[in-house]
Amino acid sequence: MSQKQDEENPAEETGEEKQDTQEKEGILPERAEEAKLKAKYPSLGQKPGGSDFLMKRLQKGQKYFDSGDYNMAKAKMKNKQLPSTGPDKNLVTGDHIPTPQDLPQRKSSLVTSKLAGGQVE
Amino acid sequence: MWCFSQVKGAVDDDVAEADIISTVEFNHSGELLATGDKGGRVVIFQQEQENKIQSHSRGEYNVYSTFQSHEPEFDYLKSLEIEEKINKIRWLPQKNAAQFLLSTNDKTIKLWKISERDKRPEGYNLKEEDGRYRDPTTVTTLRVPVFRPMDLMVEASPRRIFANAHTYHINSISINSDYETYLSADDLRINLWHLEITDRSFNIVDIKPANMEELTEVITAAEFHPNSCNTFVYSSSKGTIRLCDMRASALCDRHSKLFEEPEDPSNRSFFSEIISSISDVKFSHSGRYMMTRDYLSVKIWDLNMENRPVETYQVHEYLRSKLCSLYENDCIFDKFECCWNGSDSVVMTGSYNNFFRMFDRNTKRDITLEASRENNKPRTVLKPRKVCASGKRKKDEISVDSLDFNKKILHTAWHPKENIIAVATTNNLYIFQDKVN
Repeated sequence: MSQKQDEENPAEETGEEKQDTQEKEGILPERAEEAKLKAKYPSLGQKPGGSDFLMKRLQKGQKYFDSGDYNMAKAKMKNKQLPSTGPDKNLVTGDHIPTPQDLPQRKSSLVTSKLAGGQVE
Repeated sequence: MWCFSQVKGAVDDDVAEADIISTVEFNHSGELLATGDKGGRVVIFQQEQENKIQSHSRGEYNVYSTFQSHEPEFDYLKSLEIEEKINKIRWLPQKNAAQFLLSTNDKTIKLWKISERDKRPEGYNLKEEDGRYRDPTTVTTLRVPVFRPMDLMVEASPRRIFANAHTYHINSISINSDYETYLSADDLRINLWHLEITDRSFNIVDIKPANMEELTEVITAAEFHPNSCNTFVYSSSKGTIRLCDMRASALCDRHSKLFEEPEDPSNRSFFSEIISSISDVKFSHSGRYMMTRDYLSVKIWDLNMENRPVETYQVHEYLRSKLCSLYENDCIFDKFECCWNGSDSVVMTGSYNNFFRMFDRNTKRDITLEASRENNKPRTVLKPRKVCASGKRKKDEISVDSLDFNKKILHTAWHPKENIIAVATTNNLYIFQDKVN
């Protein structure tokens, strides 16, 4: 850009510059976003959207551990005092073996749905 | 011209988990509207008989019945909590005075009968009116009990429980056009049931790999064809739809048709597969087309053409440059549904900020509307909304960065015959009507 143009049409030039970067991002906004993500989490999986997501999806709802963890924890527990269950019972606790008393009591919704004009608390 | 009609639910912003609406569905006549929520409850609304005097608006929907469909359970064997959240409700066509619907959570499908009782027998000889038994020795005369009218009572009772057939989480149920069978689909398998038989189910699709390490895609939705009782489709997390014909073989692992839009490999990014995952698939009423919803768009497919959709509508393309943050806050995994209007001329789907979008297939015009209590005077015309992607924001436009991503409209439903729509925000149900005049 010549100096003269800069003076005469400053708005236009910034407009063009803007357009350039916008074009780059316009063509591949996803790539720009991907770069952002990789910058934040460099160790993010090699497989794009691969089995990690799917496995997580299939295991939705699993809060407690398996028998392998159970046996490992049991061995550790011999030397440790049983920690009392804190207010957040939803934490996956590798060392704590849940007993039926510790499991969060799942109460069914006894209150009528608010859509049906149930009590507004 | 869409107008506000009604809104159901609590006004307060503090939403209890149980009140989160998880499914909305009109029945075949449109007279009944069912909702399911995260607390496992179903609420059914019934449309009032049209008021002849006020003919400029169609009947209002009022509560007809409500019941607890599913309860939370714990699978001790697998250490798994089973949510009571109602994933889907599907109505059966009405065959007699009672209404039937299927509701499902992650693991169990239930057939509910909803029946009306408006008379009761009175005048028993051996029972008092309050139910206490009379001493037979005090009976001196006999009378014939008669039915007397009573206040309408709507009762819901579970007639069938279809359990223990799904290892993974059920995402869809669909009733066959034969009205005798239905399918249920989870992440890896689809089962066929007979409505009368609860102890047996046929597996018709199984995409579980022998080695789970090789898992590359899961089933995201499934639906029976509206007219051909042998045909169904299922969509995947990779953006493909497979059409299967049950006449071809008992196990439909090999599709009859595979619908997939080719992707330009140079456009591929980390997000490509995630945003191509199909969250909903719906056949048109005609059965000629099907619609799919992926994260950013709605696509209409002609069943006769597998290699690309015939129409594509951008729902919120401006989110493409926000994918990084949408991935971080998990919104990129939100599962939006979509629906057709009764004549298959308009399709609708939800978005963020309590916006929802409609696309007219004939005029190619689209509109963005908002479900908000701000416009809640009946018959207030909804003002079209516009999102400003970048640059100067015009007056009345809202910028992408101001969108509330916690206010998502995932579930919408369109009356099968009239221009009445039900739109669910997080915990409220909005009903809008097209201006009749």
